[in-house]
Amino acid sequence: MCQQVRLCDMQPGERAVITSLPPSALRQRLLDMGFLENAEIECVGKSPFGDPNAYLVCGAVVALRRQDCHGILVRKQVAAWD
Amino acid sequence: MGLTNERHERVIALVGNPNVGKSTVFNSLTGLHQHTGNWPGKTVSGAEGRCRSGETVYRLVDTPGTYSLLARSAEEEVTREYLLHGEAEVALVVCDAACLSRNLLLLLQVMAIVPRVVVCVNLLDEAARRSIYPDLAGLEALLGVPVVGTVARKKKSAAALLAALDRVIDAPPPVPPAFLSPLLERCRLSLREGKEQEAASAALAARAEEIGHAVTRGEGEPYSRRDRRLDRFLTGRRSAYPIMLLLLLLVLFITIVGANYPSALLADGFSWLGNLFRTCLSALEAPPWLIGLLVDGVWRVLSQVVAVMLPPMAIFFPLFTLLEDSGYLPRIAYNLDRPFCACHACGKQALTMCMGFGCNAAGVVGCRIIDSPRERLLAVLTNSLVPCNGRFPALLALISMFLVGAAGGFAASLLSACLLTLFILLGVGMTFLATRLLSATVLRGLPSSFVLEMPPFRRPQIGRVILRSLLDRTMYVLGRAAAVAVPAGCLIWLMANVTVGEGSLLQHAAAFLDPFATLLGLDGMILLAFLLGLPANEIVLPLVLMGYLSAGAPVELGSLAEMRAVFVANGWTPVTALCTAVFFLFHWPCSTTLLTVKKETGSWGYTAICAALPTAIGMLLCLLIAAFGRLAY
Repeated sequence: MCQQVRLCDMQPGERAVITSLPPSALRQRLLDMGFLENAEIECVGKSPFGDPNAYLVCGAVVALRRQDCHGILVRKQVAAWD
Repeated sequence: MGLTNERHERVIALVGNPNVGKSTVFNSLTGLHQHTGNWPGKTVSGAEGRCRSGETVYRLVDTPGTYSLLARSAEEEVTREYLLHGEAEVALVVCDAACLSRNLLLLLQVMAIVPRVVVCVNLLDEAARRSIYPDLAGLEALLGVPVVGTVARKKKSAAALLAALDRVIDAPPPVPPAFLSPLLERCRLSLREGKEQEAASAALAARAEEIGHAVTRGEGEPYSRRDRRLDRFLTGRRSAYPIMLLLLLLVLFITIVGANYPSALLADGFSWLGNLFRTCLSALEAPPWLIGLLVDGVWRVLSQVVAVMLPPMAIFFPLFTLLEDSGYLPRIAYNLDRPFCACHACGKQALTMCMGFGCNAAGVVGCRIIDSPRERLLAVLTNSLVPCNGRFPALLALISMFLVGAAGGFAASLLSACLLTLFILLGVGMTFLATRLLSATVLRGLPSSFVLEMPPFRRPQIGRVILRSLLDRTMYVLGRAAAVAVPAGCLIWLMANVTVGEGSLLQHAAAFLDPFATLLGLDGMILLAFLLGLPANEIVLPLVLMGYLSAGAPVELGSLAEMRAVFVANGWTPVTALCTAVFFLFHWPCSTTLLTVKKETGSWGYTAICAALPTAIGMLLCLLIAAFGRLAY
């Protein structure tokens, strides 16, 4: 079973696969940092004010603001026995 | 060609993602000590160094860290232009063993435009700790270029890298493997002519990902459990801010306690040497004016700079460097991004603000890590609102003399550290306020974006850092003291001893400034010292002292208590001390910083704002404090 959600709505500890990275001023920078379609991503933390959040992607932790990852969609990985 | 270079140096460009240890590789090859720090974007200007392998002399050029060569930011532009049109014969691409896939994107882009490439897979030890084992032989076979695995802190790594450079530099450029060549060709066109960059880059990224997967062994967890735990603590909702505060307090406390003893020792030593100096000069029958100029002028200012200012500077700096090397600074930027965003700025400004604690000029140069030009300017213009290393020993001296009492001891040191922390928080708060103010007026605009990589925590090389920054800092302060304090000491002594009409030049100048300075809760001499201290803030307090003493009889100066007595004799109250401290925090930056701002912004207008903004804040605050002070007394 899978669920498509916005990247910015992921909670710390959740893992997902990036499904779409819409065109934006930041798209190229994100691609360069490993935010590729079909790449695995994990939300690893929220900053004290809840924004920005930290994501583990391509072996590195990257902090992103909510507004900057607004359009990015991910497919949450939910195990069948959950 | 190498032959056009007079000394037959072969130029090697060092390229890599931010924070993969490029500077460490650079240091291990060249034997230089370029400062490394554990945060993305540390290297902002290309350092150069030389190393020799047999008959060949290599000139290494360090480029700023970049994720890709598609020119989106200043660093990427610089690196791409250098690789396309520079003199480099070989590109040495440094990759992080723990996230090869992402690093391979840059590597493939470099391979597309530079014929000879050597790959250095760095941080193997760190990757192994996280059970990630890259297959170096496999990577070499796939790409057709030499791949060297390194642990940059080890000597052996440098030898292996040099051997690989020797192998490729005179060999014909390798032909790229068949499965890569059409892709590299497409990428070359897009990088040279800027055509369909995005498509070419996406294809390249996908291929990099494939290669990365193919050559990485081990079921490693790239973000270790220790780092996860640390981050939960250091950036947690409840713990993040208290920890930042406690760390600041701890660093200041160690500085204060550590500086007390060497300060007293240096002061005694200098006063003994000064007397010896005077006796020798008298024995040589030197004219009294020369003795005065050298002993009461130059020597006194110099010894005050070294005894009062040097110890805290030399202790704070290594502590700060340790924090920097551990990887904590990016966490500060992460924690503070939200408040900065509310001021329409970028969280990376927190990084440059922290650099400002070390040196405002360095902080201003560091602002290059901020991509948006508007946000970069905000960071540049507000950088001097936090006290630099040259200012806070003066704050410390004022706090211990007038607000705590110079008794020393644990409780007094802790209280001093707390008060100093408050002053620094005032500076940080003012940074936010000024940033918001500027972004509502001269630099109007909305916050752009914030993308910041948070590197793994690394254990700093404690002994090395302490030794190096202690030595470097001491030499730097001594050099500046010689260059600035000596002429300033001469000048102020001459002003004190050249009489025009009723009084000396110094008295005239101080009397001229006095009415205005009194409004600010200062006096003419203090303001004059601030003006004369433009080249270096660390000479301001010694100059004030010197100015007071030049009028009266020579006084033995040892401890802070004796310094306090001189100040009190010249009419200082706690309000004077508080106003002086506040003015130390907020006044025009030193000339080095101003010149750096001019260089970075290219505009005298912004340089003027950079000087006027803190001055206006300082004057306003001092005016208010002085007015309240007059009411209270």
